[in-house]
Amino acid sequence: MDMSKDLVAASATPLVLAILAEGDSYGYAIIKRVAELSGGHLQWTDGMLYPVLHRLERLGYVAAKWSAAESGRRRKYYRITKDGRAQLAAQRQQWKAVDGALRGIWMQACTV
Amino acid sequence: MTTLTDQPLEEQIAQWRAYVRRRQALHGPDVEELEGHLRDQLAALTEAGLSGNEAFLVAVKRMGSLDALSREFARAHSERLWKQLVVATDADTSANTAYAEPFVVLGLAVAAALATKVPELFGHRLNPDEEVPLFYFRNASLFVLPLLTVYFAWKRGLDVVSGLWLALPFAAGAVFANVYPFRTGGDTEVLTVLHLPFALWLAVGFAYVRGRWFADGGRMNFVRFSGELVIYYVLIALGGGVLTAFTFMMFNAIDMNAAWFVGPWLLPCGAAAAVIVASWLVEAKQSVIENMAPVLTRLFTPLFTILLLVFLATMAWTGSPINVQREVLIGFDLLLVVVVGLVLYAASARDPQAPPDFFDSLQLLLVASALVVDGVALAAIAARISEFGFTPNRVAALGENLILLVNLAGSAWFYARFLRHQGSFAALERWQMAYLPVYCVWAAFVVVIFPPVFGYR
Repeated sequence: MDMSKDLVAASATPLVLAILAEGDSYGYAIIKRVAELSGGHLQWTDGMLYPVLHRLERLGYVAAKWSAAESGRRRKYYRITKDGRAQLAAQRQQWKAVDGALRGIWMQACTV
Repeated sequence: MTTLTDQPLEEQIAQWRAYVRRRQALHGPDVEELEGHLRDQLAALTEAGLSGNEAFLVAVKRMGSLDALSREFARAHSERLWKQLVVATDADTSANTAYAEPFVVLGLAVAAALATKVPELFGHRLNPDEEVPLFYFRNASLFVLPLLTVYFAWKRGLDVVSGLWLALPFAAGAVFANVYPFRTGGDTEVLTVLHLPFALWLAVGFAYVRGRWFADGGRMNFVRFSGELVIYYVLIALGGGVLTAFTFMMFNAIDMNAAWFVGPWLLPCGAAAAVIVASWLVEAKQSVIENMAPVLTRLFTPLFTILLLVFLATMAWTGSPINVQREVLIGFDLLLVVVVGLVLYAASARDPQAPPDFFDSLQLLLVASALVVDGVALAAIAARISEFGFTPNRVAALGENLILLVNLAGSAWFYARFLRHQGSFAALERWQMAYLPVYCVWAAFVVVIFPPVFGYR
């Protein structure tokens, strides 16, 4: 299944925020979690995650910190902020509305 | 399958890193972050049984095209765009405009120069032996800023409808500068001279950001542009001064007076054309001088902080009150303008994601001490303003003082939050950006409302 670019882009923010709401994480782990959650349907180009993370950081939804990873290299860890949680809640409402509307019409189509 | 030695893989990674580093939109830490990702991916892939080479190919492929990636990075960090010459122009149009641009700029500069001579056709003569009529100063911004707006509208590919909307403020400016029956040399007339350019600057800004005032850090780029424009203009003006001095000197040597040429022609035409040329230079040569405004900020923030603190300490020590003279209010206005400028340009040059450092604390100290100094001055002035009575100058100066005071109070609050890790630097930036129109609206207010309210005196 090939998802449209716009849909992938639109879903990036809530997905990343929701994953960070589970706990602090870093880029590679976030990508892996996305693939896991979507059963491989949501294929991001790996690099594209980072501009998204940086944009969220600039908006104050996530905070970042460099710390040492197991391998001894530095790794940039991201943490969701209070603003980020509020944003996540708002986005959740919006996606619920979209989801509800689509479900409504598709269920109807099934029964007709 | 564990035939891979780390050596060739490390070399490949090093090559990849060097290649990515060449991208201007990607900074050191970004590359490091991406490299970390690449290594994690490589580890997972070799674990799954791929050879070093295969794993490298797959990992790099999954990272995505570097062109697309650096474009995304540039969009996420729009301040970095400033350093490239690709401010929101597409590849094909930029080639087109790059070829025509010098001619357009030349044409507009000549048009601006000639615009200053148009009033002569209607009897507003410039005589080298007399003072320049205030008519010229009232309309100074109208000679140049519409053409500057045209330049940006052309350069950014603004559509015709938005362009026509942008003509409205200039038409309004022309009306308000000229229909009021000002008493000759009255205060309200001088206020119009001083405020009209600021009111119209907002229209230039709209053309500069291609009509999208709120998008992609466009406003911050416009602030940067304004600062660099001032620096360029001052440099050009210095050169013009030298040129003028030589004109006088050389023609004097052959017993001719060049005043008839310098006063009515060289100065006004040069001053008008220089705005267009300076704007073009700022647009074209951003990278040459991009660090001027931030460097000046870094230099003068500590000095102004020391000045303000020493002033406060001296005043507290000697107990001598502020001697409220005519110019005191305007002087303190200018002080606030300088401090707001320092804050603004410090913000414009700063990486919004960097953690708070010493310089940020210094900025807060500067803002706080400016607030205290201005508070003291305002108290002194308020105590005696009843004696003075309200004149247009004083009301204008008082209004400006309050506007700047509110801005600085807000800045201090956001700085304090940022330093205590309660807010992001972006919040301060947003505050400053949201405040920009306030200055222009106030300037428009002074131009439109003050003259009739104060009876054109």
